[in-house]
Amino acid sequence: MQALPELGQVALVLALLVALLQAALPLAGAQRGNAAWIAVARPAAYVQLLLVAGAFAVLTTAFVAQDFSVRYVAENSNSLLPLVYRYTAVWGAHEGSQLLWALILAGWTAAVARFSRSLPDEVVARVLGVMGLVSIGFLSFLIFTSNPFARLLPAVAEGRDLNPLLQDPGMIAHPPILYLGYVGFVVPFAFAVAALVDGRMDARWLRWTRPWTNIAWGFLTCGIAIGSWWAYYELGWGGWWFWDPVENASFMPWLAGAALLHSQAATEKRGSFRGWTVLLAIAAFSLSLLGTFLVRSGVLTSVHAFAADPARGLFILVFLAIVIGGSLLLYALRAPRFEPGAPFATSSRETLLLANNLLLVCACGMVLLGTLYPLLADALDLGKISVGPPYFGFLFVLLMAPLVLLLPFGPLTKWQRETASRPLAMLAPWLALALVLGAVAYFFAPQGPWKTAAGVAASAWVALGTLRFVWTRVRGSGRAFTAEMLGMVLAHAGIAVFLVGALLVEAQQSQRELAMKPGQTVELGGYAFRFEGVDEARGPNYLSDRGHVQVLRDGEPLVLLHPEKRAYASGGQVMTEAGIHAGPFADVYVALGEPLGAADDPDRAAGAWAVRVHVKPFVRWIWLGAALMALGGFVAATDRRFRRRVAERAGVAGEAA
Amino acid sequence: MNQPIEPAAPKRGPRLAVVVGALCFIGFVALLSYGVLQSGRGDREALPSPLIGKPAPQFSLPLLHEPGRNVSAKDLAGAPYVLNVWGSWCPECRVEHPVLTRFALSKRVRVVGYNLKDEPEDALRWLEQFGNPYMLVLADRDGRAAIDWGIYGAPETFLVDARGIVRWKHVGALDDAVIDGQLVPLLRKLEAGR
Amino acid sequence: MSRAARWLPACLLAFALLLPAARHAQAQVVDDPAPLQFHDEAEEARFQALTHELRCVMCQNQSLADSNAQIAHDLRREVLDLMRQGKSDDEIVAFLVQRYGEFVRYKPAMEPATWLLWFGPALLLLGGGVLVARIVRARGRREVPVPGEDQEW
Repeated sequence: MQALPELGQVALVLALLVALLQAALPLAGAQRGNAAWIAVARPAAYVQLLLVAGAFAVLTTAFVAQDFSVRYVAENSNSLLPLVYRYTAVWGAHEGSQLLWALILAGWTAAVARFSRSLPDEVVARVLGVMGLVSIGFLSFLIFTSNPFARLLPAVAEGRDLNPLLQDPGMIAHPPILYLGYVGFVVPFAFAVAALVDGRMDARWLRWTRPWTNIAWGFLTCGIAIGSWWAYYELGWGGWWFWDPVENASFMPWLAGAALLHSQAATEKRGSFRGWTVLLAIAAFSLSLLGTFLVRSGVLTSVHAFAADPARGLFILVFLAIVIGGSLLLYALRAPRFEPGAPFATSSRETLLLANNLLLVCACGMVLLGTLYPLLADALDLGKISVGPPYFGFLFVLLMAPLVLLLPFGPLTKWQRETASRPLAMLAPWLALALVLGAVAYFFAPQGPWKTAAGVAASAWVALGTLRFVWTRVRGSGRAFTAEMLGMVLAHAGIAVFLVGALLVEAQQSQRELAMKPGQTVELGGYAFRFEGVDEARGPNYLSDRGHVQVLRDGEPLVLLHPEKRAYASGGQVMTEAGIHAGPFADVYVALGEPLGAADDPDRAAGAWAVRVHVKPFVRWIWLGAALMALGGFVAATDRRFRRRVAERAGVAGEAA
Repeated sequence: MNQPIEPAAPKRGPRLAVVVGALCFIGFVALLSYGVLQSGRGDREALPSPLIGKPAPQFSLPLLHEPGRNVSAKDLAGAPYVLNVWGSWCPECRVEHPVLTRFALSKRVRVVGYNLKDEPEDALRWLEQFGNPYMLVLADRDGRAAIDWGIYGAPETFLVDARGIVRWKHVGALDDAVIDGQLVPLLRKLEAGR
Repeated sequence: MSRAARWLPACLLAFALLLPAARHAQAQVVDDPAPLQFHDEAEEARFQALTHELRCVMCQNQSLADSNAQIAHDLRREVLDLMRQGKSDDEIVAFLVQRYGEFVRYKPAMEPATWLLWFGPALLLLGGGVLVARIVRARGRREVPVPGEDQEW
């Protein structure tokens, strides 16, 4: 038991050796046609998963058993830390979260090994080989610069504690789900690189990649949504997105992944855009790697970023440069060899998909530019500037507006050639209705009329347009409604729901901060808030000032909220816990400021506090919309077309080999 | 479904794209390398002062030791001075205090204290406990004048020349390296220039 | 580690105010934590909009509106004073930029140094649009069959 952390280290080293084998032998074997070397791929993937999982289990045991002789445990845990957070503290800081990354990578690799029976062995060998190369990078990074098992000798009696911000259920869900998404893009990436090495991209093999991409993207959507929801209730200022560099680091792969999903559909069904699909697959995973780099290298300033170390930053940068540079070089050399796809007219679904991808890629580029611009300005000696929500929000809306406008046309437009008037005629009445609804909203909005109108109109347009597609399918000659279509409908509906949330909460939210004495009431947004004083409470590892605020609507009591100010025993850090009442059409949000008045002030004796109250209409729709999008991705992945054996599809019209 | 193979695309377009792409990639990696190498620097987070090269802000603040008497920027003109921002609530100020005291005792330049957002009793007690190296101490109780200086915390240190132009600002605790490496050479340069 | 040490003064500055009443025995920054009072809703709305576009100069990426740091309190009070003195939004931002630099603005100024930032995405869109147009035209030049009604979705 004493030497267990060292066993963890050994497991990581062994995993690295296995990854070396997993990369070298199958890749070489596929080039040479050596069946024995190719056969190493799958077993190597399973062994790697076992070893990395073992190392992760060792670290978890060290946390649960509170082994403060391990430096990482001592820095991120404390004897008072509740049990559940001892499990999640494993990924609370850099080394452990990096180990989680490696574990999830090993998991995806093993999954690919298990579920790739329908692919030829040498294709699988290449894919697993590339994933092995990525594993080599991350395992080396862990072993040489970020060892989670490093010892702290002599061991301390008491740990420093997990950052109180992270002692929260959000911490349980956010990193693992986010990483499942981030890391999951390695599958389409590995496939794309394997196709480049091979020199051809068979559309039939691409069909195999699509569900993996959809699932990874679905997890990333969930991960980002959970992060946003967590920031909302945890940080105490009521915001849900700040265009913070770390948030942007997860959003860029999401945008590229969305473009990738759509491009893959075109390539699989029509053989078109092979080059673009491969490039987007490389881009999505590269952005994931870039995100990891930005968050851990100290290059950017953010409350989320892990404490950094230039040595680590340099290591990841070199790894990043090799992976991205290498795959782009391979692309430049090999992509022209891909066969061009079928021709298509200007008015066709292909054109719409190109426009979709263009807008998503530009949005992604804009986020990258804005995130890195302060660094660029610093490097060019142009001074220290800040780029924040006024930049990102403004340009993002500008770029997404045409996309939202074109969205309903996509599913209704035929591949190859479409008479433009047909989908226009189908959708025109619904566009008109959406505009009318927007106008109605404009007149009824208590505040922020333009944003409200835009939110209602855009959301109605997307929802009605998507429903029009559903109606066409259901009415038309009784053809089946496939899972893929259902997934698309859910995801696009999710966009409509999200638009309502995002635009309406910005337009309709209200807040007030004021001094309140017990018994005082303030009215805001149709609700009344009665402050009933603050008393002291005690948690497992903190002392708190617990407020009581009665919320009333139309004179009727709705809920009693308990905003808190917690002082954690270990570091003395003070945290604001907001009191939130979640409703389907609005959230009510209360946070405590400071106690008012000096020691001898009558105000202090009377228990006066600064209190902040918010009313946030439709804010839950933001995460509901995201959940629908993620669900759409998962549902689409279950489509039977992806599980059909390859042999059956040969010779079907429309296939481009 | 067979279609005629498309004639090979003109070589120029793709070649140009590859070259542009490669240059962008190299630039991108270079930028990130710069970022990584800079991140190790101690003063990475410090805000550069836009006041450098501009006249010091006009102020009129009471003295800590003589609350009835006000001192203004004009009163300090004629010779350079170092303005050191501190507070009794600031632990880093304790850390730099011995260094600052040594420097003040060398009588190289006038050292003026700027007491930020402190109760006078706390500030006086702090000086009594740790020593008073300052020629005089300005008391900015509400922090209003500090905004004009672009002060956002303590400790911060300014160098203002004889004509009242701000020449240098340091955010964070002073140490011998900063004094010998930046402050003293700058003083020498200013004196030589006159 | 060094990162934590650098932020020690900042953190303590920020947290000193937030300690509950019982601990007022230790030296604290002089401050009146009472929330700002607004004359009317319009003034409050303008204040919120303005402070959300400004950056807390000492925090790790927080707006002036959301930050609890001491300097943020002081600067918010200053912004409200300036608003009541009749200064316009631009003048207030300029006031802060003169003292703290461009860093304090979340919306970068439109100047040669930021042209790439503001116009870059538009250029990207334009360039991409031209590329897409060329691809579409090139693909369309070949004979495009009319798809049947039973085209796979």
